[in-house]
Amino acid sequence: MSDENMRESMLDMFIFETSQLIEQLEQLILTNEKSKCFNLPAINEIFRIMHTIKGSSAMMLYDGISSLAHSMEDLFFFLREETPEDLDLLSLCSLLLEGVDFVKDELEKIKIHGKCTGKSESLIKKIKDFLNTLKQKAPASHLTQEGEQETLEKQQYYIGPDKSAAAGYNNYRAVIYFEDGCEMENIRAFNIVHNLKDMSNEVLYFPEDIIENDDSAKVIKEKGFEIFIKTLLSMEEIHKFFIKTVFLKDLELRQLEDDAQYKETGKKRPIQVEQVPIKVPVFKEDYKMGEEPEEKGSQTAASQSIISVNVNKLDKLMDLVGELVISEAMVTQNPDLMGLELENFYKSARQLRKITSELQDMVMSIRMVPLVSTFQKMNRVVYDMCRKQDKEVKLEIAGEETEVDKNIIEQISDPLMHLVRNAVDHGIEPPEDRRTKGKPETGKLTLEAKNAGSDVLLIVKDDGKGLNREAILKKAVENSLLNKPAEDMTEKEIFSLILFPGFSTKGRITEFSGRGVGMDVVTKNIEKVGGNVTVDSIEGEGTSITLKIPLTLAIIDGMNIRVGNARYTIPIMSIRESFRAEQKDIVTDPDENEMIMVRGQFYPVLRLHEVYSVKTDISHITEGIIVMVESGDKTLCIFADELLGEQQVVVKTLPGYIKSVKDIESLAGCTILGDGSISLILDIAGLLNSWGNKISTI
Amino acid sequence: MKGDVDVAKDTMRELLEQEEDTQKGKFLTFSLGNEFYGIEIKYVTEIIGMQPVTEVPELPEYIRGIINLRGKIIPVVDVRLRFKKPFRDYNDRTCIIVVDIRDVSTGLVVDSVSEVLSIAEKDIVPPPEVGKGFSSRYIKGIGKVGNDVKLLLNCNKLFSNEETDELNKI
Repeated sequence: MSDENMRESMLDMFIFETSQLIEQLEQLILTNEKSKCFNLPAINEIFRIMHTIKGSSAMMLYDGISSLAHSMEDLFFFLREETPEDLDLLSLCSLLLEGVDFVKDELEKIKIHGKCTGKSESLIKKIKDFLNTLKQKAPASHLTQEGEQETLEKQQYYIGPDKSAAAGYNNYRAVIYFEDGCEMENIRAFNIVHNLKDMSNEVLYFPEDIIENDDSAKVIKEKGFEIFIKTLLSMEEIHKFFIKTVFLKDLELRQLEDDAQYKETGKKRPIQVEQVPIKVPVFKEDYKMGEEPEEKGSQTAASQSIISVNVNKLDKLMDLVGELVISEAMVTQNPDLMGLELENFYKSARQLRKITSELQDMVMSIRMVPLVSTFQKMNRVVYDMCRKQDKEVKLEIAGEETEVDKNIIEQISDPLMHLVRNAVDHGIEPPEDRRTKGKPETGKLTLEAKNAGSDVLLIVKDDGKGLNREAILKKAVENSLLNKPAEDMTEKEIFSLILFPGFSTKGRITEFSGRGVGMDVVTKNIEKVGGNVTVDSIEGEGTSITLKIPLTLAIIDGMNIRVGNARYTIPIMSIRESFRAEQKDIVTDPDENEMIMVRGQFYPVLRLHEVYSVKTDISHITEGIIVMVESGDKTLCIFADELLGEQQVVVKTLPGYIKSVKDIESLAGCTILGDGSISLILDIAGLLNSWGNKISTI
Repeated sequence: MKGDVDVAKDTMRELLEQEEDTQKGKFLTFSLGNEFYGIEIKYVTEIIGMQPVTEVPELPEYIRGIINLRGKIIPVVDVRLRFKKPFRDYNDRTCIIVVDIRDVSTGLVVDSVSEVLSIAEKDIVPPPEVGKGFSSRYIKGIGKVGNDVKLLLNCNKLFSNEETDELNKI
């Protein structure tokens, strides 16, 4: 394996791991900020995270990140050892979050250009200044000498139960020499030890002070890095592990005969390997320990056993399964089989069908991702908004385990952020206003997700001032957004006015919202994934906005229709009914727009063959079929030649070249039918949009 | 006249088996009316006979639609119409050359495919500057083979963005 390849895969790993750690860190900071103190496990956890980031980024030679992580680690080392009483929690948190943002930015850069360019000096300086002020505040007695700290730490290690007594454990001694000039030998060595933790119970190494003491790098350079391991693994496996080390020059590996030898060599300082690197024996009273179990729970949730798979591979798999489903239909519904008595064939075909549909479900479920990380991002949004606006808002999250297709998650995270911002900015009042209204000072924002059939409902609900009916109406009249008299409009219709482009009742433009672009972007994005937005509000009590989104984009239930030689597929969920028209129900207005009367209501008729200029023999309205479709609160009657039947279809996007030439709004994509021909999938919302002007004149 | 396609297919297969650098200087030639064009062989993935094309609405005329190529959906461009030549009915000599340019597969409808030719660098001359016509932009050079002349297509420009920008304006 070439070094270059190695680095490539390590880079992926690094980005993945570090972004997970950073996310974890952010979560941790925000929870602690909320509970107004940093409890001991949290400090240990942050210390551990910073430590890992430092190690891995140093190994990848990203100095900016590693030195930042180093300074943050120092800070937390101090916090853990000294537990200063009057900690300025707010500035600590914002300092940490700044650091988190820096690392996030750098990771983005690494993803794009493969290198990081940001300078962390100023931030490091800030952290150092902060640490210095803390140190000055701390009583002199607490300022322990380096050596004393060392002894203190030594006490903290303890020898674990002697697991080596159990049979099957092998002891190994390995000496590792790094290539000349690879730098930071101590960090690399630590990395090895860190990785060894997963495979062995006990790891002893020399020099021991690889992390605390930078001089250890020299020792390793000259004498090599000596490791004693006790593990269940075979010699071969251990050898494999060591061989993978980057910049490895030489490796001495041998098995030790018995425990005695191991113990003797290991006597110096055995370390029980565990998750939290160092236990602190004493803790201050003012650090609440009550939250610890919760902490642990969330930690296990974050580290479920997961393997990361390239999304492209999944998409490919998805495509292949789609192909399989189509080919299966091609075989079992082959015209050559017509009229034949093939009992055994159909038996096998049924079995095949069962397996393919199971496979399909499985692949679909692989793509499903819980909403939890999307929701948790909102914590940060709320936190930032509250600090900037001096509001107090508590974010409650429910149903975050609900799973949605990965593509959809990407689409909804921006709209969700808009909604949360809007709710804090416009919805929830400042504390003093809330007090006068007799509400609790802390506003409540609920983010909820739940399944409803083949849809997922996302509800963003606040207990703020709610929407003002009159103000909305007034604004709508000013911008001439109304298309019918104000008194005829239902509550729901009025509230949905805020979803129109350019609508913002807030006079003042803030950093976060008020430009009137938010809500229509929300609507657009949600409609893009085939969902819709509804607004509900009670003045003075709050607003709730519901996003209804489909579970998945990839497979839809569709109705195939034929127009001339062309086939089209209409998503079943947007079809209301289909029927044959009668001449007496058809009305044509002076602009040649056709309308049809159904149960006393008039609907516009869209002749697909005219709109798409397809040649067909069926042009008389009574000869074809009318399919009534709806999207949002608009309805349209599509005129086609005939219905071909209902089918589950795999949605494929139109080729990129076509999209770059023209983005066809009325098509959602295409699909391959059982006979290998292509059917175009209609996007009803888009169709209504592109023909909207025509319709609104009716 | 299916033979034509098969011959071309065989030639293709032979070529693909060889190393990449042997593809250099080789051009697949095809005809549009009276002119012969050449396209660099490295862009070509396969040649297929004409097949039913699904029309896609709202697109410029030269994009005939999309076809299903073994489960992959690719757009089909009629090179005649692309170069503002009159439309000619498809017959059994009509071929679709599937090209792969910057990882995008596209089918090019041409009147007929002729052969694969090696054209040495010294036999390729740049097109004259005067041509302000639509198509001269897409010609990278003119190759001389014996007494014949082949117009060599600039594949990168064929689906370039400036073109699409202009279309959006229309």
